[in-house]
Amino acid sequence: MKTRFSRRSVLTKLGGAIAGLFTLSAARAAKAAVQKVLASSGAPKDYDATKHKWLMCIDVNRCIGCGLCAEACKKENGVPEGPYFRTWIERYVILKPEPGSGQTRGETLVDSPDGGMHGFPALTVPTDKIEHSFFVPKLCNLCKYSPCVQVCPVGASFDAPDGAVLVDPKYCIGCGFCIQACPYGCRFLSPVTHTAEKCTLCYHRITRGLKPACVEVCPGQARIFGDLMTAGPDDPIRKFYENNRVQVLKPHLGTEPRVLYAGLDKEVR
Amino acid sequence: MTGEMTNLVVAVAPKFEGYVYPNEAIPHPLWGFLIVIYPYITGLVAGAFIMASLVRVFKVKALEPVYRLALLTALAFLLCATLPLLFHLGHPERCYEIMMTPHFTSPMAMFGFVYAWYLMAVLLLELWFDYRHDFVRWSKITPGFQGFIYRVLTVGVMDESPQALALDEKLGWILSIVGIPSAFLLHGYVGFIFGSIKANPWWGNVLMPIIFIMSAIVSGIALCVFVYMLLTWFRRRTVEMHCLDTMAMFLFYALVMDASLEALDWIHRIYAAEEGFSVMQTMIREKLFYTLNLGQATVGTLLPLLLLGSLQILRRRVPEAVRRRMIFGSSAMILVGVLAMRWNVVIGGQLFSKSLRGVMGYKLEFAGVEGWLMGLILLSLPFIILTVFVKLFLSERLPSTGHAPPNNAAADI
Repeated sequence: MKTRFSRRSVLTKLGGAIAGLFTLSAARAAKAAVQKVLASSGAPKDYDATKHKWLMCIDVNRCIGCGLCAEACKKENGVPEGPYFRTWIERYVILKPEPGSGQTRGETLVDSPDGGMHGFPALTVPTDKIEHSFFVPKLCNLCKYSPCVQVCPVGASFDAPDGAVLVDPKYCIGCGFCIQACPYGCRFLSPVTHTAEKCTLCYHRITRGLKPACVEVCPGQARIFGDLMTAGPDDPIRKFYENNRVQVLKPHLGTEPRVLYAGLDKEVR
Repeated sequence: MTGEMTNLVVAVAPKFEGYVYPNEAIPHPLWGFLIVIYPYITGLVAGAFIMASLVRVFKVKALEPVYRLALLTALAFLLCATLPLLFHLGHPERCYEIMMTPHFTSPMAMFGFVYAWYLMAVLLLELWFDYRHDFVRWSKITPGFQGFIYRVLTVGVMDESPQALALDEKLGWILSIVGIPSAFLLHGYVGFIFGSIKANPWWGNVLMPIIFIMSAIVSGIALCVFVYMLLTWFRRRTVEMHCLDTMAMFLFYALVMDASLEALDWIHRIYAAEEGFSVMQTMIREKLFYTLNLGQATVGTLLPLLLLGSLQILRRRVPEAVRRRMIFGSSAMILVGVLAMRWNVVIGGQLFSKSLRGVMGYKLEFAGVEGWLMGLILLSLPFIILTVFVKLFLSERLPSTGHAPPNNAAADI
């Protein structure tokens, strides 16, 4: 029996439809990729992201835990009130071991009240029981293999060529997958925009030749910021990684964080 | 422990013990009850489909009475599978971007395509080829709107020649074969969404996709048993015992596989005792005490294993009425247990800080998008859709040509 549908015509139409879908999808993806770098990053039009490689390093020994950086970040970037931070400070207090316990160390106490934004309360532990105590500023670790970018279903999170890891608020669907994937707790879902937010290294500032707000206000120069592409021999960032033995956070996860820490302890995660 | 129970009823301010990253100190877990329901529903779809393919591909004749019911169940649940995902998004209006500008390294983006493939290319087509002949015949004998629906569903293909029917059968069979790996892919991918998160020691696990697939098969078969028994009860018919016994047998063996895999996972976790092990102990002993030890392990696994296992040994020596109750009870317990398992995975993974120094509390509210009222609505929606499907496509008043509907109901009308 002859039918109106021949195999050839059906297959051609089906193939055409699938090819059309793929083309549409690819075209949109290409457009999106261009838009992302050019439009939604907050950089000025004449900024060339391929000519820079930004990096922030932390000298733990210099941090005094004043919390100005966390506060400046909130103000500069309009970070919502509450448990939402692009950068914060942790206080580590490592106690001496009980005499005769045969241990090298006692308990480790960590706190970060309000992200350390208003400084830290006085310790309740007597000073003579403390073995080490120090502050650790935290921010986006600028991973080379960033798990947050890997899992974003729409490509709203992306690695900028200049080393910043950014989120396009116009594309983010607010699924929260990147927040789950970040091992360092550096991302949050904004209750205002309902999109994922994170440290951008103050992208709107650094692309105009300024320093990130946290670096600007740090009184102890614990945060060292620079451009690896243009850093001369006397540049603080170059001096920092040449003069210090450095570590990264959670190296076993293979994310290869680019943010380098000097003076870190094994208890810091 | 009591905190977890009270949280189910009233709102309790979140509590944190130890140190959690400042961004983790949010009142609700980022992925709440909706994301518990999402893998649950998707798993039921995959499992029900695998159950149906036992008839089509593996020629298990005893299960023919539930073939169409299983497929319709899979469809009803699949239609609701993405709803919880959609509702939980910060920007649901941008959800189409997952398909339009997909990011190919993201498990979530790929799930969109697997879902679309499974719905459009596998399930709907297989059902259509199976039902096409019936649609043609029903459209001729049914008056009014219902007849119009059947006419629309034929899509104008009214050919009833033996060649055409043979082609329907053949294509349905091919689709069923394609459907098995697709169902595995569908739910394996859901498992991968969690299993691929290396930042979270509770989730990042190579066994996760396989455990998800096996538990999906278990929950899917249990759902088919549950729905089949409910349907025959509503229709005042007797259950076909051979069919029910066979389902119970498959349910038992699938449960043995599932329990073994989950046991392997736990043995490995406890033996390897990697980073974060002490936090996991807190989870098992305190945070997830009821849902894990009681819900998942006892109600969802041990009791059904005992009930179904004893049926395998004693078989026909157990009176029919007792067998029916034991099987029905087991399937209901499994359905609860698998929901508890999804809860333990999704919520459990967010009850401890990624600093591995502290644990968070959880409050499940009554109202709100992530509340349990919304969860109940989303969980009952597939059953409402299924009721409509059963009225339309498993009607006792219409003669059926395909794989027989429950209890061969059409034959005695």
